Amino acid sequence: MSQRWYTREHEWVDVDGDEATVGITDFAQHQLGEIVYVDLPEPDDSFSAGEALAAVESVKTAADVYAPFNLTVTEVNGELIDAPELLNQNAEGVWLCRVRIENPGQIAGLLDHEGYSAILAAAES
Amino acid sequence: MMDGLTIDSGLRREPVSQLNEASVPGRRGWRLGAAPGAPHDRDEETGFLEAAAPDRGLFADRPPALPELSELDVVRHFTRLSALNYAVDGGFYPLGSCTMKYSPRINENCAALEAFTELHPLTDPADCQGLLALFHELESKLNLLLGYQRFSLQPAAGAQGEFVGLLVIRAYHEDRDDHERREILIPDSAHGTNPASAAAAGFDVVVLPSDADGRLRAGTVRRAAGPRTAGLMLTNPNTLGLFEHEVREIAAAVHEAGGLVYYDGANANAIIGRVRPGDMGFDVCHLNLHKTFSTPHGGGGPGAGPVGVRAGLEQFLPGPLVVRRSDGSFAWEEPAQSAGPVHAWYGNSLVLLKALAYIRTLGGAGCREASGMAVLNANYVLRSLDDLWEPAKPGPVMHEAVLTGKPLRDRTGLGTLDVAKRLIDYGFHPPTMYFPLIVPEALMIEPTETESRETLDRFVAAMRRIHAEMLDEPDLLRQAPQHAAIGRPDEARAARRPVLTWMQQERAEPEI
Repeated sequence: MSQRWYTREHEWVDVDGDEATVGITDFAQHQLGEIVYVDLPEPDDSFSAGEALAAVESVKTAADVYAPFNLTVTEVNGELIDAPELLNQNAEGVWLCRVRIENPGQIAGLLDHEGYSAILAAAES
Repeated sequence: MMDGLTIDSGLRREPVSQLNEASVPGRRGWRLGAAPGAPHDRDEETGFLEAAAPDRGLFADRPPALPELSELDVVRHFTRLSALNYAVDGGFYPLGSCTMKYSPRINENCAALEAFTELHPLTDPADCQGLLALFHELESKLNLLLGYQRFSLQPAAGAQGEFVGLLVIRAYHEDRDDHERREILIPDSAHGTNPASAAAAGFDVVVLPSDADGRLRAGTVRRAAGPRTAGLMLTNPNTLGLFEHEVREIAAAVHEAGGLVYYDGANANAIIGRVRPGDMGFDVCHLNLHKTFSTPHGGGGPGAGPVGVRAGLEQFLPGPLVVRRSDGSFAWEEPAQSAGPVHAWYGNSLVLLKALAYIRTLGGAGCREASGMAVLNANYVLRSLDDLWEPAKPGPVMHEAVLTGKPLRDRTGLGTLDVAKRLIDYGFHPPTMYFPLIVPEALMIEPTETESRETLDRFVAAMRRIHAEMLDEPDLLRQAPQHAAIGRPDEARAARRPVLTWMQQERAEPEI
């Protein structure tokens, strides 16, 4: 069973053993507005925690998606290349990439649902 | 109406027909008569062409599907399109961060002199001493106004100026055999071109957070700067229109870490004749001559983004530069360790002459007065609206006023986009929207010094009327603009599946 974690930069991460799936939160897609382009990494690319893993471009702005921990990409969601609007329709159900977790200790730095909700509440006030 | 506002009826919302839609089979804008001595028999003509053609295969087997129109159809089409364009020459254009000031016609007259337009770049310097003298004078005046040792006039745009500035910073570190400096520090309020230029020049970008007042703090820079820091890019005043109070401490922190400090001259219109980036501690700077020094904007250029450096960095500039010899004559000179040319020849020469014409027309005192008026106009607009729109940060501001539409959006459901669209109905170009990124629902207004109080008052009256409409007649905003040829284009679809030619349009799926 996977467990969903969140980052302060508005990514969600489903952790399942030493593998994880990464996406952006509904709050992130809402802030970005209509998404027109997604720049994805290649399988086997490695990233350190905090490095830009992918980029999402909307009509208003562009934003990086950061690696939540040291990781190696195993698979990317190619469907987003032709249909980036899927992120607007269902951000928390559409994944960007699947990864292998290289430093499981860093998961402790992520937020659970309650912690992330508190951050959103603070951002809205 | 009390405030003298009218809904602009000059641009009615009619579909702009495209040339191919107006096509009528067989209609022609020309008819070629037979040239003297040429064959006029049709078969003979075909035979002549076939005989002259080296390879029949080069011809298409049927004529291209071009629109068939009269000359008048075509003239009217393009005249109509040109009238739909909105320009500073036509109306108020408060597009924040772009400094859309008036370009005085005297600049154009000076640059259009045949003595300049007919010169060839390979002309012997001995035969174009006048042009070299003017370039030398422009460089001297920029050095004086900004506080630098040398300027390269070659870069063709602001973004290219940024790129060149970063190449100079890279060349400086490499010259000292310091190859570990891979990072450029950039505050989160920066223009998007800053991280883009840094990445293009091969650096990693480190984003620094602004404080709650919208300014960069020296402590933030001190914590981020280190042995990997190549430099810091800063705009002052920043994109919130705020002067960076701690700029000298910020520059010192970067210098102590061994880095250089870069001045993004995008907002220099606020400070000319008041304070100089060279004195604030910036080692390298670029200027947008089309912003600060009134050369024309947009249209894809030509532009000019000269790069200035303090003493000790001039050898890295793109060349050639103009030097004055001991006998008083002028010559081209290549800097000793130039980071390399970024444009053919000497840059966009005529644009440079327009900027010099502007500086000479105003003089030093006039340049100083212009920056003062730019700041006064921005604060006038801010104070005329701040009871209805919340300023992004506590004022006063420099050359531009940034407002946030978030409280109004929370209250009415109408955002900054709706306000901007409604301004079009009142005949104004909308301000910059949704930038800086750190301000929700940002509305960024830069009036510039060339607008009269009466124009500012009309703009303010329109904004105040729109505020009332938001509360009483929100549909006017939701349906705006009603009086423009194009209303609300589908920006997402335009970016995802751009249709740039009518042939693409023919192929595109019909709108649902």
